Amino acid sequence: MSQLELNYQRKTVNVKEMFKNPEMLTLIGFFILCVFFSIASEQFLTGNNISNIIRQVSINGILAVGMTFVILTGGIDLSVGSVMAFTGTIMAGMMINMGMPPIVAVLLGILLGAALGYINGLFVAHARIPAIIVTLAMMEVARGAALLYTGGYPLSGLPSSYAFIGRGDLFGIIPMPAVIMVLVFIIAYIILNHLPIGRYIYAIGGNEEAVRLSGVKVKRVKAFVYLVSGVTAAISGLIMTSRLSSGQPMAGEGYELDAIAAVVLGGTSIAGGRGHIFGTILGALLLGVLSNGLNLMGVSPYVQRVLKGAIIVGAIYYSSVRQKD
Amino acid sequence: MDNVLEIENITKEFPGVKALKGVSFEVKRGEVHALVGENGAGKSTLMKILSGVYTPTTGKIRLDGKEVIFNDPKQAQQLGVSIIHQEFSLIPYLSSVDNIFLGREKKGANRLLDRKKMRKEAEEVLQRLNANIDLNKPVAHLSVANQQFIEIAKAIAIDTKVLIFDEPTASLTGKEIDKLFELIEKLKADGVTIIYISHHLDEILHMCDRMTCLRDGEWVGTREVKDVSKQDIVKMMVGREIVNVFPEKPTGNGKAEILLDVKRLHNKSVADIQFSLKKGEIIGIAGLVGSGRTETVRALIGADPAQEKDVYINGQKVDIKNPTDALSHGIALIPESRKTQGLVLNMTIKNNISLPILKDLSSFLGLINKKKEDGVIEKSIQDLLIKTPSSQQLVKNLSGGNQQKVVLAKWLNTDCKILIFDEPTRGIDIGAKEEIYKLMRNLADKGLSIIMISSELPEILGMSDRVLVMHKGRIKAEINGTETTSEKVMYYATGGGDV
Repeated sequence: MSQLELNYQRKTVNVKEMFKNPEMLTLIGFFILCVFFSIASEQFLTGNNISNIIRQVSINGILAVGMTFVILTGGIDLSVGSVMAFTGTIMAGMMINMGMPPIVAVLLGILLGAALGYINGLFVAHARIPAIIVTLAMMEVARGAALLYTGGYPLSGLPSSYAFIGRGDLFGIIPMPAVIMVLVFIIAYIILNHLPIGRYIYAIGGNEEAVRLSGVKVKRVKAFVYLVSGVTAAISGLIMTSRLSSGQPMAGEGYELDAIAAVVLGGTSIAGGRGHIFGTILGALLLGVLSNGLNLMGVSPYVQRVLKGAIIVGAIYYSSVRQKD
Repeated sequence: MDNVLEIENITKEFPGVKALKGVSFEVKRGEVHALVGENGAGKSTLMKILSGVYTPTTGKIRLDGKEVIFNDPKQAQQLGVSIIHQEFSLIPYLSSVDNIFLGREKKGANRLLDRKKMRKEAEEVLQRLNANIDLNKPVAHLSVANQQFIEIAKAIAIDTKVLIFDEPTASLTGKEIDKLFELIEKLKADGVTIIYISHHLDEILHMCDRMTCLRDGEWVGTREVKDVSKQDIVKMMVGREIVNVFPEKPTGNGKAEILLDVKRLHNKSVADIQFSLKKGEIIGIAGLVGSGRTETVRALIGADPAQEKDVYINGQKVDIKNPTDALSHGIALIPESRKTQGLVLNMTIKNNISLPILKDLSSFLGLINKKKEDGVIEKSIQDLLIKTPSSQQLVKNLSGGNQQKVVLAKWLNTDCKILIFDEPTRGIDIGAKEEIYKLMRNLADKGLSIIMISSELPEILGMSDRVLVMHKGRIKAEINGTETTSEKVMYYATGGGDV
C-alpha cells in the first residue's frame, strides 16, 4: 500500500475533510439561516409558517429530484417549469371540462409529463442534440401548449376534494405536499442507490464511453432520466393546481432555475457523475427557508433575487475549488 | 556541411524513469534527418526537449554552435526550432490567416489588427510552399493535408531553421504524401533542416539523408541512409536482449476447436479482415499505431459500425450490433485507454468492477444485492492482488497497474469466453506487467480465448500463440507463434511484402 493511499484512508475520517463535503456546507448554511431568521422574525418559528415553508419547498423539491437525475448524467432540463404548467392545466381541464374523476385525470397528467420528458430524452440520447437546446425548445412548446389549451386564462372550478392534495394535512398535521415529496425522495433514493440503473446514471456522468463498452444501453438510461424529470414536473404541477384550485397556464415560470439551484447547492456536480439526492433535499430546504425568511423580514423581492444568484455562484465556486484539491 | 544542431549527452529523468540516457548526435545544416525507434524508445521525449516542452536533466543543445536553453516552446520557435505535431494545434474555427498569425498578430498604427498585411504575408508563405489553399475558410473545413500545410506555414512564417515532423504521414493519403515530400524537398532547398520521425521505413529510405536510431532511451547509431537497408534499420530498432518475463507457451493446442471465426469484416478503417481464434488460444495483433488494430476489434464488438460483417461463434452465425450484443455472446473488449474507455475514474473500485454485472447481482424487484456484490468485489480484489485499503477507494487514486487490474476484474466476472486486450500493459511497470501476463496465460489455460493488441514487440512475441500483423487496415501476415521474430513482424508492419 502506498503512502498516498494510506493518507487517503486516514483523511476520510478527518473532521476537516468533512467540511470539504458540499452537503455539509449546505447543512450548516441551512441551520445558520434558521437560527438567524428565528431571531430576526417572531413569526419564523410558528407552526403556520413552518407548514407554509414545507408547502413551498415541496414543489421545488420534487422538481429538483428529477433535475438531480438529469444533472447526474451530465445533462440539464430547462423545460420543467413549463411542463409543470402544461400538465397542471390539462389535469384541471380534464376534471373541469370533461368531468373526469380526479384520480384518472391525475394519472393521465403524470403520463403526459412522462411522455414529454421521454421526448426530451429521445432527442438528447438518440439525435444527440445538446440537452440545453432540446429542453429549451420543450420549455417553449409546453408553455405555448398550456396557453393554447387554456386560451391564456386560468381554469377554475376544480372539485373541492381535489384541494386536499395541495392544502390538506395528513392526520391533520403533516402537509400533503410534504408527504408526496418524501415519497418521491424515497423512490428516487431507491432508484439511485439500489437499482442497476441508478449506478448507470452516475457512471454515465463520469465516463459515458466506459459505460457503453461495459455493455450498458446508455441511450435508454439517458432517455429514462428525462422521463423521470417529466414525471416529477407533472407531480409538481398536480400539487400546484391543487394549491391554487385552478389550472394556471403561466404557473411555474422560472422554476427550472430554482430546481437547478437546489441540485447544485446540494453538491451535485453540474458536469455529472457526482452528487446525492440528500444534498438536493438540503438545497431545496435552504432555498425555501431563505426566501421565506427574507419575505418575513420585508426584504424586497428584487434584493432577494440578487442574493439568491450570489449564493448559487458562491456554492459552485466553492465546489470547484474543492475539486482542485 | 556544418552542423546546425548538436545534441550532447542529453539525459532526461522523470520520477522513477530514465527516458533518455546520455544521447548525443549532430544534425547537419540542410539535411533531412530521420529519427527512428520503437514506441517508448525516447523519440518523443527528445523532440519535446528540442521544441522546448521539456528541459533536459543534463546535457547541452547547441544551435548554430551556440549553446541554447529552451524554457518553453515559444522560445524554441523564436530561436528557430519548430515542431509539426501528429495532432495539429490549429484552432478549428479560425481562418488560415488567423491561425498562421496566432499569438503574433500584426497590428496597424491604430492598434487594430492589420488584416491586409497578415493576409499578404500568409499568401507569400503559402506561395513558397506551392500550396493553393482558400485563406478565408475556417481550417476545420480544410482537408487534413491542407491543415498540415497551414501548420507548416505557421512554422515557416517565423523563419525556422530546424523543422521537426512527428509522424507527418499518419493521416495522409498516398497523393497527399507525395505532395508533402515535394514540400520537404523544397524546404530543404531553401536551407531548412528537417528532423523526420516516422515508423514507415520506406519513407525514411526514400526521403532522408541520414538517420539516428534510439532504443530504450539510448543512442544506437547514426548512419547515412544510402548505406543501410530496411533490415538494417529494423535490427537497430529491436536488437536487444529480451528479458523473459513471459509465462511458458503451451504446445500442441493447434488441434483445439475454433471458437470465433471472423469470415469477413469491412468498414471505413479496416478492409477484408479475416481470422479465427481457437479455444484456449492467445493471438497477438501487431502493427504500427494507426494500422487498424483497434479499429478491427471495435468493429468486431459493434462499438463502431461495419459495412460488412460475417462472424461465427462455435459455428453459429452471430449478429453483433453493439457492445451489449458482444457481451451477451461472451466477447469483452478491455479497451486501450483505461482512463477514457475502461474506467469511471470518479467512482469507487467496487462500482467500477460491478458495472457490467449489476443485472446479475440484482435479485428481489431488481434491487442490487449488496452483500452478493461485496462478496464478488472482495474476491476480485484478492484474486487479482489489487493493492488498495478498501473497495470504496476511488479508482483515480490508484496506480496505473492497479487501475488496469480493476479493468480486468470488471471483465473477468462477466463469464466471457473471448477477451480482447487492447494494449494491456501500456504505462504500467514491469512487475505489474508480469502479473498481467501470468493472468492472461492462466485464463487461456482455463479455456478462454484471448486476442491481444500490442505495440510492444516483446509482448507480442512472448505471449502470442499466433501473430497477425496489420498494415494500413489490412492483415498483412499471419505468423505461427513459434516462428515469430521481431524482424519478421517489423518487416510486415512497416509495409514489407508489398509489391
